[in-house]
Amino acid sequence: MNTIFELNQSHRSEGTGLVPELDVPRRGVEDAIGASHVRSRPLRIPSLAEPTVARHYTKLSKLNFGVDDGFYPLGSCTMKYNPKVNEDVARLPGFSCLHPLSDPALVQGALRLIYESQEWLGAIAGLPAVALQPAAGAHGELTGMFLFRRHFEQRGETQRVRILLPDSAHGTNPASAAVAGFSVTQVPSLADGTVDVDALRAELDDTVAGVMLTVPNTLGIFEPRILEITQAVHDAGGLCYFDGANLNSFFGRARPGDMGADVFHFNQHKSLSTPHGGGGPGSGPVAVSSVLEDYLPVPRVVHSAGTYSLQWDVPASIGSVQSFFGNFLVAVKAFAYILQLGDEGLRAVSENAVLNANYLQERLKATYDLPHDGLCKHEFVLSGKGIADGISTLDIAKRLIDHGFHPPTIYFPLIVKEALMIEPTETESKETLDRFAEAMEAVAEEARNTPELLHEAPHHAPVRRLDQTRATREPVLTYPFEDS
Amino acid sequence: MRYIANTDADRQAMLDAIGRSSLDELFSDIPQTVADRFRPIGIPPQSEFDVVRTLSAIASDNPAAKMVPFLGEGIYDHYTPSIVSHITGRSEFYTAYTPYQPEISQGTLTTMFEYQTLVCELVGMEVANASMYDGATALAEAALMADRIRKTGRIAVARSLHPHLRRTLDTYCWAAGIERIELPFDSAGRCDSSNVPQDVSAVIVQTPNTFGVLERLEGLKERIGEALLIVSTYPIALGILEPPGSYGADIVVAEGQSLGLPMAFGGPLLGLFATRPEYLRQMPGRVAGRTLDEDGNIGYVMASQTREQHIRRQRATSNICTNSALCALAATVYLATLGADGLRQIAELNLEKAHYLADRLTGLDGVDLLFDAPFFNEFILRVSEDPGTLCARAKAAGFLVSPLRGFDELDDTHAVRIAVTEKRSKEELDALTDVVGGRA
Repeated sequence: MNTIFELNQSHRSEGTGLVPELDVPRRGVEDAIGASHVRSRPLRIPSLAEPTVARHYTKLSKLNFGVDDGFYPLGSCTMKYNPKVNEDVARLPGFSCLHPLSDPALVQGALRLIYESQEWLGAIAGLPAVALQPAAGAHGELTGMFLFRRHFEQRGETQRVRILLPDSAHGTNPASAAVAGFSVTQVPSLADGTVDVDALRAELDDTVAGVMLTVPNTLGIFEPRILEITQAVHDAGGLCYFDGANLNSFFGRARPGDMGADVFHFNQHKSLSTPHGGGGPGSGPVAVSSVLEDYLPVPRVVHSAGTYSLQWDVPASIGSVQSFFGNFLVAVKAFAYILQLGDEGLRAVSENAVLNANYLQERLKATYDLPHDGLCKHEFVLSGKGIADGISTLDIAKRLIDHGFHPPTIYFPLIVKEALMIEPTETESKETLDRFAEAMEAVAEEARNTPELLHEAPHHAPVRRLDQTRATREPVLTYPFEDS
Repeated sequence: MRYIANTDADRQAMLDAIGRSSLDELFSDIPQTVADRFRPIGIPPQSEFDVVRTLSAIASDNPAAKMVPFLGEGIYDHYTPSIVSHITGRSEFYTAYTPYQPEISQGTLTTMFEYQTLVCELVGMEVANASMYDGATALAEAALMADRIRKTGRIAVARSLHPHLRRTLDTYCWAAGIERIELPFDSAGRCDSSNVPQDVSAVIVQTPNTFGVLERLEGLKERIGEALLIVSTYPIALGILEPPGSYGADIVVAEGQSLGLPMAFGGPLLGLFATRPEYLRQMPGRVAGRTLDEDGNIGYVMASQTREQHIRRQRATSNICTNSALCALAATVYLATLGADGLRQIAELNLEKAHYLADRLTGLDGVDLLFDAPFFNEFILRVSEDPGTLCARAKAAGFLVSPLRGFDELDDTHAVRIAVTEKRSKEELDALTDVVGGRA
């Protein structure tokens, strides 16, 4: 595939035609700022005619696979349908053309939307206060860890430097705790995939700041002893962080605040249907218990006597974790989604997500190893182990591409060997699930009879299997210009 | 619910297949006390039509969107060519996720590779990541990275940074236990780097800085010894300015909103992040690399993943996972549409119009520039009246202008921030001059 640097250039002599020509007297760049500030070497960005640009990126888009292209059961990522209307409302000029430093009196609508989002997310979480500033899920985790740190700093308990982390927790958790300056102690799972509560209790002492829990966990299992866990942590003076990646499984049924959460983060790009954008932008608001409210990032959006305003003077606040108010346009899309679904629709989301997952799990366990059998929530984890000699989960994933599906998450969670983590979401039909199950069965059959089909897969993708090792060993991370 | 494809009959067939009698039974694993405490939000569903009507009403309660902005401070009212949203609006791009399966993600990965090349070209560096959340978190992560490399536990930070950059940097550094030493600005509004303390991991400056002033970067790298030089910059300005890489910067970051993204009330934004090849392993975030497929054809994958959180867990260089991929695509399409010539033209328009306005304004009685130093498209005006009064008068005329905020040491100064982009016409510039002069 060519890049823009390899396309035919058009020889443009005058301006771009995109904006009007200069309409004030020309002073000259060098005269204005001095020659020493002026770029000495021309930029190597090609001059392309607009049709060339349009065709190039349209061609590239066709090499991608999105939710609109087909089933995308990427476990832990909640690849549900992204409603089109949400894209439209986020592009309303009344939202997109707002400068973040405008006088609050002139942006009351935007502040109201942020405030009401805070209220709704707080109601979903069962927690009293919400901040929309974190820009993604992992950023919400980091913000949560900052809040923990501030809490213990304020209490003079700075010896609390450890975070307990079940090995079934979400993948970004350990790094989030570490970036916030905590050390991580891993807590093992029992054979049934749930947290080993005794092992967790044994770690609890006055060096523990808290625990990061993923409910339901990355195996799709709802922790049966969740109340016991949070009670034990609180009794030991610690705090409880709940990773929100799996909210899609309990909308309308349960609230983290009722389970003992002190912080719960939302992935608006997962549970609340805002698109994933090829890897962002996401949005990761945090909801907190009253214990942590005073530490939330500034500015806070508050409401009083019919007016929305920004509150800056919050002495105990951790400060800011992003430039302004978080990913506002993503919040607009999530707001529209909640508005359209209402309580009834949100409950239907979890019901259908969980039904789809259990149905698919039941169909596939006859063919694939299911290490943790039983009622699952929105996702489940198979193992590719033992499907056929010499066949890896990677081979299975690549062959699924030939069958027209995006592969599941693979090799995660780490506690399942050769993991295939499958999350169908509520927006998929039984018909699609059946077709996917048939493809998985066909791949298992091929693995035994024609293993080379898997080893050499994909056969029907825009490129054949790519050499990952080469990209790391001999990194080519920018276009190699001939004149450099 | 419109977004659910299954019918009641489908659901019954599925329940039968899994041997469950009801949907409620699927939630029997939630502890009863938790289920009992559940309370709904208390809102009914709405039709799509009503949702559009509601959101349109909220959007129309933002009169700022219809006014003429002279606001800056890192977010600028630039023109975005139509093609940008048409490309980012293709669902093959926006409904995909992180390219974990490169064979069916060549669209995303190829554009990441183009984006990294364009960022390096703009800022004058060799390596760039595929994006950070915004310019503020990019800067904060740069500070953490520098301290991972130099390990002194201290950084020196120019006070002439945008306030929101300082706030975010402070939060990250506080948590990491990194001490911040502030470098003051001189009478020309430039960072005073004559007394940079020894034993800092990095020196952080911004150019153009928050006063719009171009910092003098010549010789700075040499003066700071072993410390890494981190420069935060403004991509559009780099259409004509010598890039930070030419002055020996070790890490360059920027807010990329100006490259084809709407102001969007401050988000989503785009954090540019570039560094030197020797620091690649310490760089946060993901990066696309060129490789070959089994047939020897060129393709792209996520490279250097061994630094990342999903492999290194608590020893990763950062916890960033989801970033600003679609915003990076917008920036890529924006730059591909403009080309080097177009970007230079846009940058010149910004500079010329800002200087025209500054000349007109300083021709008024009692109005001058707070700092006498070269600037790009933003400057701080010193006025004799109360800035609030001036801003209110501008507002009445349909213009958005803000007082200079966040600098206590200038509290006694009547200072107003003015930023000008290519979108401002001579008529608007002249009209603002009349407003400031009290003639409107």
